[in-house]
Amino acid sequence: LAPWIPVVGLEIHAQISSNSKLFSGSQVQFAAPPNSLVSFFDASLPGTLPVLNRRCVEAAVMTGLALNCSINKKSLFDRKHYFYADLPAGYQITQQRVPIAVNGSLSYSLCIDNKMSQMVTKTVRIKQIQLEQDSGKSLHDDTRSQTLVDLNRAGVGLMEVVMEPDMCCGEEAAAAVRELQLILQTLGSSQAVMAEGQLRVDANVSVHHPGEPYGVRTEVKNINSIRFLAKAVDYEIQRQIEELENGGTILNETRAFDSKLGCTVPMRDKEGKQDYRFMPEPNLPPLILYDAKSLPANMNHQQVINIDWIHERLPDLPSVKREKLVEQYGILPEHSFTLLNEDGLAEFFESVTKQTQMKPKKVIGWILNDLLSYLKQHSLTVKESPVSSFLLADLLNLLEKKEISSTAAKQVLAELWKGEGKTPLEIVKEQKLELLQDQKELEQICQAVIDGQENE
Amino acid sequence: AALKGGLRSQVSAALKEGRVTPTELCQRCLALIKSTKFLNAYITVAEETSLKQAEESEERYKRGQPLGILDGIPIAVKDNFNTAGIETTCASNMLKGYISPYNATVVQKLLDQGAVLLGKTNLDEFAMGSGSTDGVFGPVRNPWSYSRQYKEKSIPKSHSEGEELNWVITGGSSGGSAAAVSSFTCFAALGSDTGGSTRNPAAHCGVVGLKPTYGLISRHGLIPLVNSMDVPGILTRCVDDAAVLLGSLAGHDPKDSTTIQDDFKPFELPNLTDVSKLSIGIPKEYHAPGLSSEILALWSKAADLFKNAGAKVVEVSLPHTRYSIVCYHVLCTAEVASNMARFDGLEYGHRSDRTESTESMYAATRREGFNDVVRGRILSGNYFLLKQNYEKYFVKAQKVRRLIANDFVEVFRSGVDVLLTPTTLSDAAPYTEFIQEDNRTRSAQDDILTQAANMAGLPAINVPTALSERGLPVGLQFIGRSFQEKQLLTVAKWFEKQVQFPMIQLEEVKRHDSGVFQHQKSASFS
Repeated sequence: LAPWIPVVGLEIHAQISSNSKLFSGSQVQFAAPPNSLVSFFDASLPGTLPVLNRRCVEAAVMTGLALNCSINKKSLFDRKHYFYADLPAGYQITQQRVPIAVNGSLSYSLCIDNKMSQMVTKTVRIKQIQLEQDSGKSLHDDTRSQTLVDLNRAGVGLMEVVMEPDMCCGEEAAAAVRELQLILQTLGSSQAVMAEGQLRVDANVSVHHPGEPYGVRTEVKNINSIRFLAKAVDYEIQRQIEELENGGTILNETRAFDSKLGCTVPMRDKEGKQDYRFMPEPNLPPLILYDAKSLPANMNHQQVINIDWIHERLPDLPSVKREKLVEQYGILPEHSFTLLNEDGLAEFFESVTKQTQMKPKKVIGWILNDLLSYLKQHSLTVKESPVSSFLLADLLNLLEKKEISSTAAKQVLAELWKGEGKTPLEIVKEQKLELLQDQKELEQICQAVIDGQENE
Repeated sequence: AALKGGLRSQVSAALKEGRVTPTELCQRCLALIKSTKFLNAYITVAEETSLKQAEESEERYKRGQPLGILDGIPIAVKDNFNTAGIETTCASNMLKGYISPYNATVVQKLLDQGAVLLGKTNLDEFAMGSGSTDGVFGPVRNPWSYSRQYKEKSIPKSHSEGEELNWVITGGSSGGSAAAVSSFTCFAALGSDTGGSTRNPAAHCGVVGLKPTYGLISRHGLIPLVNSMDVPGILTRCVDDAAVLLGSLAGHDPKDSTTIQDDFKPFELPNLTDVSKLSIGIPKEYHAPGLSSEILALWSKAADLFKNAGAKVVEVSLPHTRYSIVCYHVLCTAEVASNMARFDGLEYGHRSDRTESTESMYAATRREGFNDVVRGRILSGNYFLLKQNYEKYFVKAQKVRRLIANDFVEVFRSGVDVLLTPTTLSDAAPYTEFIQEDNRTRSAQDDILTQAANMAGLPAINVPTALSERGLPVGLQFIGRSFQEKQLLTVAKWFEKQVQFPMIQLEEVKRHDSGVFQHQKSASFS
């Protein structure tokens, strides 16, 4: 059988972290009472007009720069028309002709064969980033034959990040999205929490034989976590391969991932292809951005966005942070990945190393093996850890000064997890875990043991 | 007291000196609205709130602290502007009973300056039409139908039958506003202008109709027809009043991203005496097919007027004029299809009883809520926006639009200050004749002289010029350079003074309220 090459591309919608929506002043907030964050514009009241939110543009520029994109100094807004209950105006304002950023790239790392020690770096091309409105939410109440519409989310700013089909499997897709998530969170342009709908991923999947053109692709939606993303993509690849090997064909359709069954199913049909009747948005002039060179001298700085100014103020991206951690602390690259992968863990690690004489290379073991596994076992975040960096540093100091053994230290740590407020030293004393350093005392104990043996 | 005079020159002084009070003005206008109800110019009369506003204005005048020239002045607003607490219907079943929670920016500005909002005026449904005949509240009647001037020239029939059959249309789509100003029920009215909807009824009703430069006055709260061409329009009885209204409305609005950022300074119009430095352009393409010989003669006479006064009058060419109607129809219907997509019965407005599915509810709501004209434009517009048609129609039309706009740029660059053209092809048609043709045909015919200015975003104004042989008003149009309203209105004012357009003699009105209106001395132009 000829080998199959799976091809995976992603369309990611990241909700912009801002106080107000993309084109109106109503607030952005998760889980507010239904229809409590809806301005006249959001409700599509006739005669209302969009006004562009500066913060959303800045978020998109930051993200574009972090993803090595060219920022289009002139981008345009368009209307994408379709009728749906959660789209009050009957169209979405998006950027179809000229988006704000194009032609970038994202590097991400994978473990080969599940071994943390062997990491490989991959790159996926970023086709574009566009600004667009989020839709409201509709809940179908089939028992009462009605649809409930909540417009709180309608009009919230989104960045759509389009990743080219450079990925080949679920693992790559997941790793790429994870890295994007970290970047967005570092920038602050999106909180990117998938569970809260701030990061939504649709996967485009197809398979083909080497040397042949790309196969028909399907779009997979309704993926609610990074773990499910990997599962959904891998399932779909398998499904397509099996279908084709059995002589079937792949339909260019949209499928939903069913997390309970672990498979993809065709979505309720949309009656053939939609023609969105794109049209320029006439109420928004072209979005003009400036850089240091093009910025006119007498321009009101409140009214313009300077790309260079934003570039200068970008924080360290995850890849840079990892390099710095490796360089500064002598830890392994795979360690730096794990540190950044867990919210607050890198800060915790750094805090501990500051407060202890133990070498970072040794500290890292305690962080990644003991602390992290405990947190995982109890589904706690670093912030929720009952053991503070201070306490852990304290414990590690005892170990470093050889006042306790490594085994004893683990015992103390187990006690510290209870969060009863005792210090490591107190626990050591309580449980009599001190290492005996006194030569004479040791001799006495040894002698006693030997004597005991002789008596038998 | 006679209050036929201008706002700045006479009414304002009368109010300040207490010779008349805002309450009196308001009551007079409300009474007149009642007695001219047969005109069907108003959809909603805001009696209570307007009287309250008038009382508050009166208090301010008593304290010697009026907010400005517009304080206490009764104004009417076309029913496609949002007015908080007062029904906004767009003359459509889709919005019958719709009470907006906010004021359009222009409405708010008027209220902030103490104007008294009398009510909302009638129009073609969603401003689509050139007759003000296609709204759900029925057609608007041109007040001149009931004027002595028209009746004298009419073919005699039995008294009542003649009136009923021969009443003429106002033109459209801002017919209600034009009729309201023309019949003295208000001092000024807001209209809208997308292809001529303020200037056309102004010409037919013998009032001044100003279309400002696109981007000068905020569209926030104006229910859109074509976002890239719509402007709020100003209807008044004289050019000076239009300048007053313009001064109170123009300027940047953060809520409308298409308004210009530059500061706008309200101006008073100078009394131009020397026109020798003026260059008037006569675009030959505006000698359009169907232009009545009467209007052609009037246009020519007007050109001579300028020439004899020393101005430079030159024939110019706007070669792409003949493509403008077709181009307008593509762009207009496309934007209409888009703008009307929000009317689905879900959040506001009419909602059908059909409940089987969301789709059926949408479809029935839109079929029930929109008239044929609106639905026709939506279908056409969606056709032009289909992926396979987009380049051929929409993009092509945008390119043609650019050519049309460039025609004007070239002409103005060649030294012409202002263009002089007819506003309409003929005087107002009798209603029975007008409705023989469908809305689309009529619009295509009637828009030809006005809508290029909308394509190019230029300011334009109708100045009532003379009466036709049938005793009906005929106006001429001036088109100016972008944002040069002051120059445009100065020229218009000079012309207005020369032609001395006669005042309407409304006999019914005279019978009820003889104190208000004076006869105008003749010295008319024709």
